[in-house]
Amino acid sequence: MFAEENGLRGDPRLQAISEAIRVVPHFPKPGIMFQDITTLLLDHKAFKDTVDIFVDRYRDMDISVVAGVEARGFMFGPSIALAIGAKFVPLRKPRKLPGEVISESYVLEYGTDCLEMHVGAVQPGERALVIDDLVATGGTLSAAIRLLERVGAEVVECACVIGLPENKGERRLNGKPLYILVEPRELCC
Amino acid sequence: MSACKDEDPRISNIKTRIRVVPNFPKSGIMFQDITTLLLDPKAFKDTVDLFVERYKGKNISVVAGIEARGFIFGPPIALAIGAKFVPLRKPRKLPGEVISEEYVLEYGTDCLEMHIGAVEPGDCALVVDDLIATGGTLCAAMKLLERVGAEVVECACVIELPDLKGRERLNGKPLYILVESH
Repeated sequence: MFAEENGLRGDPRLQAISEAIRVVPHFPKPGIMFQDITTLLLDHKAFKDTVDIFVDRYRDMDISVVAGVEARGFMFGPSIALAIGAKFVPLRKPRKLPGEVISESYVLEYGTDCLEMHVGAVQPGERALVIDDLVATGGTLSAAIRLLERVGAEVVECACVIGLPENKGERRLNGKPLYILVEPRELCC
Repeated sequence: MSACKDEDPRISNIKTRIRVVPNFPKSGIMFQDITTLLLDPKAFKDTVDLFVERYKGKNISVVAGIEARGFIFGPPIALAIGAKFVPLRKPRKLPGEVISEEYVLEYGTDCLEMHIGAVEPGDCALVVDDLIATGGTLCAAMKLLERVGAEVVECACVIELPDLKGRERLNGKPLYILVESH
């Protein structure tokens, strides 16, 4: 579900957030219109509004864990976690986390990749939010959900700044709701 | 300079939350793991607050965070002090036009990149990472910022390994840390 379908229709902050995102054509390969959030991070008000919208949504949902997907999930997740009093758990590419980990593999367009989480970071019964900058196919987020569920946490929602329009309405990932602020931008003018 | 000299009461809890993982990523290295600090909301908040208290109102316009653990501490600091956040990344991660700075590792070299146009001449910058060891990465970060005409005001890290003398590689720029580990 998109923010504007759920109480934020016409909210001027969403338009400013969308306009702060830069489209970089043919990155990382031809045909891909890459949604670059680094320009959003350069706009203090828009960046703050992004975090505030998520914080307003999640502060009263009893969430004890914010899990951020490496690396752009690290740019949004910690600020949300700090504001709602939750812990932050980084979900990382293989061999980056130093302690004992559990791993979940997921399918890419060509081949597979893997996401890891520290054993002991999340306890059974915890209520978790997963955060990343963008949801495309949902493969990475699905792996993140599986990691958290494997240790007995309940994933309340997945939150992304950008999501493809097919995520409108009630599309779910592994049965979990998605909350998205804006659609991808077109390369314009 | 480090906060532990003043022994702010929040420091001791922050220090106890950092986990040491022996022999990672290779034998002989005692890895300073900050992920356990992030599991303690109060200690994580205190960490960010200590930096924010130091830098708020000091006219810092850019917080540059070093991939990837600098991305965890940098943005909350940037948001609280009204600065923009600029990620400094490993090669080929940033999608737009970049400038690159190479630096020396124990074996071989690595490279840090920054988007062109993210930082402007005259910007006052803070560089943030979780830890300073030899200072090589921080030095590369400072060079990137200076090459585009920014002034690096200070480098800020949660942890310093003083025995590796990274402080001396910062070309005289000040370093602010919360915790030392010997």
